[in-house]
Amino acid sequence: MTSEALLSARGLRVVIDGLHILHGVDLDVAPTGVTALLGRNGAGKTTTVKAVMGLVPRTGDIRFAGRDVGRLPTHAVVRQGIGYAPEDRGVFAGLTVAENLRLAERDADPAYPFVYELFPELRSRGRQLAGTLSGGQQQMLAIGRTLLNANRLIVADEPTKGLAPKIVAEVADVLARVAERVPVLLVEQNLALVRRVAGTCTVLADGRTAHQGDAAELLADEEAARRLLGVGGGHPVAASSIATAAPAVAAASAATATATATKEAP
Amino acid sequence: MATVVLLACTGLGLGALYFLIASGLSLIFGLMDVLNLAHGALLSVGAYATWWGAAQAGLNYWLALAFGTAFGTVAAVVLELVLIRPLYTRPRDQILATVGVGLAVPALLMGIWGGDARPFPQPESLAGTVHIAGAAVPVNRFVLIGAAALVLVALRLFLARTRYGLIVRAGVEDRAMVTALGVDVRKAFTLVFAIGGAAAALGGGLAALYFGSVNPGQGANLLIFAFVVVVMGGMGSVAGAAAAAVAVGLVQQFANYYTADGLGDLAVVALLAVLVLARPRELTGRLA
Ligand SMILES: Nc1ncnc2c1ncn2[C@@H]1O[C@H](COP(=O)(O)OP(=O)(O)O)[C@@H](O)[C@H]1O
Ligand SMILES: [Mg+2]
Repeated sequence: MTSEALLSARGLRVVIDGLHILHGVDLDVAPTGVTALLGRNGAGKTTTVKAVMGLVPRTGDIRFAGRDVGRLPTHAVVRQGIGYAPEDRGVFAGLTVAENLRLAERDADPAYPFVYELFPELRSRGRQLAGTLSGGQQQMLAIGRTLLNANRLIVADEPTKGLAPKIVAEVADVLARVAERVPVLLVEQNLALVRRVAGTCTVLADGRTAHQGDAAELLADEEAARRLLGVGGGHPVAASSIATAAPAVAAASAATATATATKEAP
Repeated sequence: MATVVLLACTGLGLGALYFLIASGLSLIFGLMDVLNLAHGALLSVGAYATWWGAAQAGLNYWLALAFGTAFGTVAAVVLELVLIRPLYTRPRDQILATVGVGLAVPALLMGIWGGDARPFPQPESLAGTVHIAGAAVPVNRFVLIGAAALVLVALRLFLARTRYGLIVRAGVEDRAMVTALGVDVRKAFTLVFAIGGAAAALGGGLAALYFGSVNPGQGANLLIFAFVVVVMGGMGSVAGAAAAAVAVGLVQQFANYYTADGLGDLAVVALLAVLVLARPRELTGRLA
């Protein structure tokens, strides 16, 4: 898997204000489809993504499309062809929707037709201040921003967090469509959604990689899913229930998960 | 009535000076989280360069003012590139560095031209007065107000209409996210420093006209009131700075006249203390 991975990180470490947040994350993003980054709340998923983007000080090897990007500043990482939709959406509240999009333009010929086809509202609400959009609309804007440029990878950190069930289903549809064109690294707590769109997955626990492998396989193995994610993954979930599926945050025994993580980590 | 008009015009003229310093200070802090304590030094550089142009090199006032503004702009860019940029990861050292420049520049000016005020040659064309409602208002007040109004309009256009203006507005909100869109914000930093330096240096050249002299301490004195304006107007807000500058200039003038001389200055500084204590959040405010 390593040789063909689009993005691969080895021994990723992050220390912020003397706090060791990541101590050895390995991550491989498949060159096609959706790669899911899973783990309970506080496992280090967001920090891993930020480390890849250069938004937090990091050490370790990060290769993207064959290039060492581990020491590049954020803007240079992004210019390698990565579109990033952060956990808090990162929408500029005081700018209009159109200005938010314009700021994200990097290519000479931004793909507005594709973005407006996916999200017609971004066109009709172009002059509206982004801060007045609903959570779902802001998420559409955050994703739309990543699709303006001919990116080689889209990174989306919990794009369904805090959204109404109907909107979650819409975001899922969009992610599935996007993944047909460009590989996606998806941080997600909604396991039904993961089951629907993800091919491979990496599971983090306490700042380390605890598991890498096929997403459907992991979620089908109830015992492993409970161990790694703190929920049973075995119940078959229909596509329609994506919206209401319980997030993977359930209160599992932290001690069990930690012990397992340490055992499985390299 | 004549007194009120004269006080109002003088207050607005002072407010114009405050705005020219505060707008750059506010944008620099809003975008870069840099409290530029050397901003008064940039004003002094502009003031002395304008004075040098007018009094030593014999330029007419407008040419001297352009020279002073250009000189201050270059000084601001050099300051950002040489001292501020290497210290972005060390904010405390960065503040100390700006304090150092803020102290060194007046000392340097004093070393070269002495500590006493140097008279500024008043241009013939701006020496007269305008009569409004019985008050004889010196023309230079209107030069200050006009210049500040032009700078306000130019800044608003820059922020609203240009790509870099967009980057600055977004960066004031969330600088990290701007870089996460592939934008190298350091270029915007240098540009904002250049703009702030230009406005402050222009303020210096106008202050020389307004006060009729230049002295090494001018920049630091005006910087205090500019801080009040920035805090009142909200960090990063150009429109807020304009409104607050008008308010501070007027309050100061009227209080100084109708109460005891000096009490107006004190009132403004007291106002700053109250604002900082009551609304500490405003120090990291948003662009309006
Ligand atoms: N800037 C920070 N300062 C201190 N601790 C942090 C910081 N960012 C994250 N953490 C801590 O690191 C851990 C991992 O956080 P995060 O990467 O956000 O997890 P996840 O996205 O998996 O929920 C959490 O315990 C969190 O509290
Ligand atoms: Mg997270």
